Amino acid sequence: MMTLSPFVLVSLSILIIAFTLILVPLFARHQKILIYVSFPLMAISSAIAVIAGIWSVAVGIPESTILSIGLPDLPFHLRLDPLSGFFLTVIGLLSFFVSIYSTGYCKGYAGKRSVTHLVIFYSLFIAGMFLVVLSDDAFFFLISWELMAIASYFLVMFEDELIENRRAAFLYLVVAHIGAIAILLSFGVLAGATGLEGFSGYTFDAMRQTEFPLKWATVAFLLAFFGFSAKAGVIPLHVWLPEAHPAAPSNVSALMSGVMLKTAIYGIIRVTFDLIKVFPLWWGAMVLVLGLITAIMGILYAIMQNDIKRMLAYSSVENIGVILIGIGLAIIFTSFHIPVLAALSLTAVFYHSINHAMFKGLLFMGAGALLHATHKKNMDEMGGLIHYMPWTSTLFLIGSISISALPPFNGFISEWLIFQAFLLSPSLNSPLLNLLIPMGAALLALTAALVAACFVKGFGIAFLGHWRGLHNPPLHRGGLEVNWPMRIGMLLPALMCLILGILPTMVIEWMDKISDELVGGKIATTAGAFGWLWLTPVAHERASYSGAIVLLWIIVVVMLVYILLHSRKTAIHRVPLWDCGFEKITPRMQYNANSFSMPIRRIFGFLFNIREQVRLSNATLHPSFPNRLYYRLRIRDRFWGWIYKPISESSYWISRKFGRLQQGYIHVYLIYSFITIIILLVFAR
Amino acid sequence: MSINLAAQINSIMAALILLTAFGLLVQRRMYGLLHLFAWQGLFLSVSTAIVGYVSGAHHLYISSILTLALKVVLIPYILHFLIRQLHIHKEVEQLVNVPTTMLIGIALVIFSYYLTAPIRELSTLVTRSTLAVALATVMLGLLMMITRRHAVTQIIGFLALENGLFFAATSATYGMPLVVELGVALDILIAAFIFGIFFFQIRTTFDSLDVEQMTKLKEED
Repeated sequence: MMTLSPFVLVSLSILIIAFTLILVPLFARHQKILIYVSFPLMAISSAIAVIAGIWSVAVGIPESTILSIGLPDLPFHLRLDPLSGFFLTVIGLLSFFVSIYSTGYCKGYAGKRSVTHLVIFYSLFIAGMFLVVLSDDAFFFLISWELMAIASYFLVMFEDELIENRRAAFLYLVVAHIGAIAILLSFGVLAGATGLEGFSGYTFDAMRQTEFPLKWATVAFLLAFFGFSAKAGVIPLHVWLPEAHPAAPSNVSALMSGVMLKTAIYGIIRVTFDLIKVFPLWWGAMVLVLGLITAIMGILYAIMQNDIKRMLAYSSVENIGVILIGIGLAIIFTSFHIPVLAALSLTAVFYHSINHAMFKGLLFMGAGALLHATHKKNMDEMGGLIHYMPWTSTLFLIGSISISALPPFNGFISEWLIFQAFLLSPSLNSPLLNLLIPMGAALLALTAALVAACFVKGFGIAFLGHWRGLHNPPLHRGGLEVNWPMRIGMLLPALMCLILGILPTMVIEWMDKISDELVGGKIATTAGAFGWLWLTPVAHERASYSGAIVLLWIIVVVMLVYILLHSRKTAIHRVPLWDCGFEKITPRMQYNANSFSMPIRRIFGFLFNIREQVRLSNATLHPSFPNRLYYRLRIRDRFWGWIYKPISESSYWISRKFGRLQQGYIHVYLIYSFITIIILLVFAR
Repeated sequence: MSINLAAQINSIMAALILLTAFGLLVQRRMYGLLHLFAWQGLFLSVSTAIVGYVSGAHHLYISSILTLALKVVLIPYILHFLIRQLHIHKEVEQLVNVPTTMLIGIALVIFSYYLTAPIRELSTLVTRSTLAVALATVMLGLLMMITRRHAVTQIIGFLALENGLFFAATSATYGMPLVVELGVALDILIAAFIFGIFFFQIRTTFDSLDVEQMTKLKEED
C-alpha cells in the first residue's frame, strides 16, 4: 500500500487526465454528454493537482522518481519540489476554474461544430503543463514542453475555417519552435558543461551539482532566456500573443494567457536559480530592462486595442514584463549577496504569477462570456451590458480592479512588493543601478497607471453607456446573462482575487520555502511579524499594509453612503438624460473605444505605426455640413516592420537564391554529388 | 598456380576492367555499350574467382558465379530486351564530346592512384595494386552518368559504378561476407527490373527517354 503523498496525488491527477482521454472516443457521438463528462473530470484532476501542489510547498521536501519508459537508457526523471509545487498549484487552480467554466462555455458549440478535438487537446494541454513543471531532466522537459505547445497550437486552430485563425496558429507554432530550439541548445550547453558521459548530463540533478564556468553559464542563460521569452511573450517576441489569443476559444485563451505563460516564467526561474546558480550583475540588469520595456510597451499597445481579447493579450505581455522586473531585481540582489531582498523580489514574482493567473483567467473568461452572449469581439459594438449581464459585469469589474492593482484585491499586493524591492535598492553600490532603478520604479508606476486607464476603457466601453452596435442586442428572456457553470467558473477566481488580496501574510508564509531554497533568504519572519492582519515585508516602520482593514473601510464607507442616500425617499431623482439641448441624441454619439484612447495615442503616438484617415462625402450644401463622415484608424505594432519583416524577407531572398541550385537536370545533380565526393576524398586523404 | 602468377592475372583483369570502363565512356552505340558492359562483368567474375583462389576464401567462388549469371547474362539480356522493345538502338548522344570525356577520365584515374597511394603502402594483400583501378572504375561510372543524356545509358553507367564498388570490395578486403554479397546481387537484379518498369513509364510520360525532358518537373519560378 502506497502512502499518500503529494507525488502520489499528482500522479493520480495525471492518470485521471489519461482516463478522460480514453473516454473521449466513447462519447464522440454524444457531444453534450462528452462535455458534461470530460470537463468535470478535468476539474477533478486539476483540483487534485492543486492539493498536491499546496501540500508539497507546505512540506517543502522534494520527492522524485524515475520512470523507465521512453527510449532505452533514457528514463524519465520526475521531481516535485516546492518550486514545481507552487507552479502546479497555479496551473491547477486556473485549470480547475476554467474546466468548470468550459462545461458551460462549450455548450455554445454544441450543434454547430464537433468539440471532440477541443476536449482532446484541452486535456493534453493541461497534462503537458503539469508535466513541464514535474519533469526533472532536459529530455522529458522538452517532450512535455512540446506536448503543451502542439496541443495549444491545435486549440488555437480550433475554428480553422477562418484564415486569420490559421495564420495566427502558424505564427504561434513558428515562434514556439524557435523558442524550443533555443531551450534545447541551452540544455545541450549545460549538459556538456557537466562533463558527464552520454545522457546522464541531461538530468537536472547533474546540472544542479555542477559549478558552471561563467562563459558556458552565460551562453546557456542567454539561450534559455531567449527560448522562454518567446513563450512568455517578452517584447519583441510578443507578436504571436495578440494574434493567437483572439483566435483561440476563450476558455483556452484564459489558460494560455493565465498559466501557459507562467510555465515560461517557471522555466526561467528553474534554469537561472536552480540549475545555473551563477548571477552576474548584467544578467539582472538585462532582464530588468527587458521587463520594463515589455511592461510599458505591452500596456500602451493594450490601450490602443478595441478587440477585447486582443487588449487582454497585450495586457498579458505587460504582466509578463512586471514579473520579469521582479526576476531581474532578484538576480541583481543575489549578485550583491543580499538574500533577503532577493527573496522579497522572488516572492513578488511568485505572488504576481498566481495573481495574474487568477485575474487574467477571470478577465478572459469574462471576455468569453461577452463573446458567448453577443458574438462580438469588438468593444465598440457592445455597451450597456451591465444591465443585461449583471453577474458577468460585476465579476469583470473585480478582475479589472485586481489587474489595475487597486486594494483590497490581489494585484495591489504583488506590485506593492515589487515597489518595496525597488525602494530598498538605493543601498546597492553600483552607479549604473542607482541610475537604472529609480527610472525603473518610475516606469513601473507609469505602467500601473496605464493599466488602470486600459481597464477603465475595457470595462467602461463594454459594460457602461448604451448599446453601441448597429442592431439591437441579441436578448433572450430579458437578458444576456451566461449559464451557471460559466458564472461559477468566473466567481471562484474572483473570490481567489479577494482572498489573495486580504490574506497575503498567510500566502507568503506558505510559499516562503521556495525563495529560501532558491536564493537562501526568507521574508516570512518579518512579513508576518504582526500576525496575519498586517503585511510588513521588510520592517514595520518602513511599510505595512492590511488588506482586511482596507476592505473593512471600503465596506463601511459604501454602507454609510448607501444609508445616507436611501434613508430619505427624495434623495435620488430619476430624470431624463441631459442632452445639452440637442434633442436627437443617439447611442452612436457616446464616447467610444477610440475616443477613450485618443489622448494616450497623441502622447505616445511615435511608438506606434498609426494611419488615421478622415474623409467627407456628399458635401452637398457646404463642406461644414457633410452627409457622412468616414473615419478610419489603423494601429500596427512597429515591431513587425522593425524586426519580423526584414527577417522574413531576407530568408525568402536566401531561399530563392538556393532555389537556383535546383536546375531540373539530372546531370547537374549528379555533378553536385560527384564534386562533393571528389572534394571529400581530397580532404580525407 | 603460384600466388605471384595469380596476382599478375588479377592485374591484367584490372587493366581490362579499366579498359572496358573507358570503352563505355566513348561507345556511341547502344548494343556496343551492352556488350562492353557484359565483358566488364566477365572480367570482374574471373578476377573474383582468382582472388577467391589466392585468399582461400571459397565463398568468393559463389560471388563469382553470381556475377557471371547476373552481370554477364541476365542484366544484359534484360537491357537487350528493353532496347528492342523501346526501339532505342540508335546512336547515343553525349553532352560533352568524346576527347574531353577521355581527358577527364584519365585525370580521374591519376587522381585515384594519388588517393590510394597511402593505402597501397599500408596494405599487405596481393591485390592491393588494383584498388586504384577499382576506385577509377567507380568514378568513370559516375562520369558516364553525368555525360550521357539517355536514361538507358545512365543505367549502364550506374551498373558499371556498382561493378567498380564490387571490385573495390574484393581487391581491398578479399570480399565482403557472403550474406552481404548475396544481398547486393539481389538488389542489383531488382534494380534492373525497376529500371525496366521506369523506362516504360518515363517514355509514356515524356514520349522520350532523354532525361533532359525531366526539366519539366522543376518547380516554376
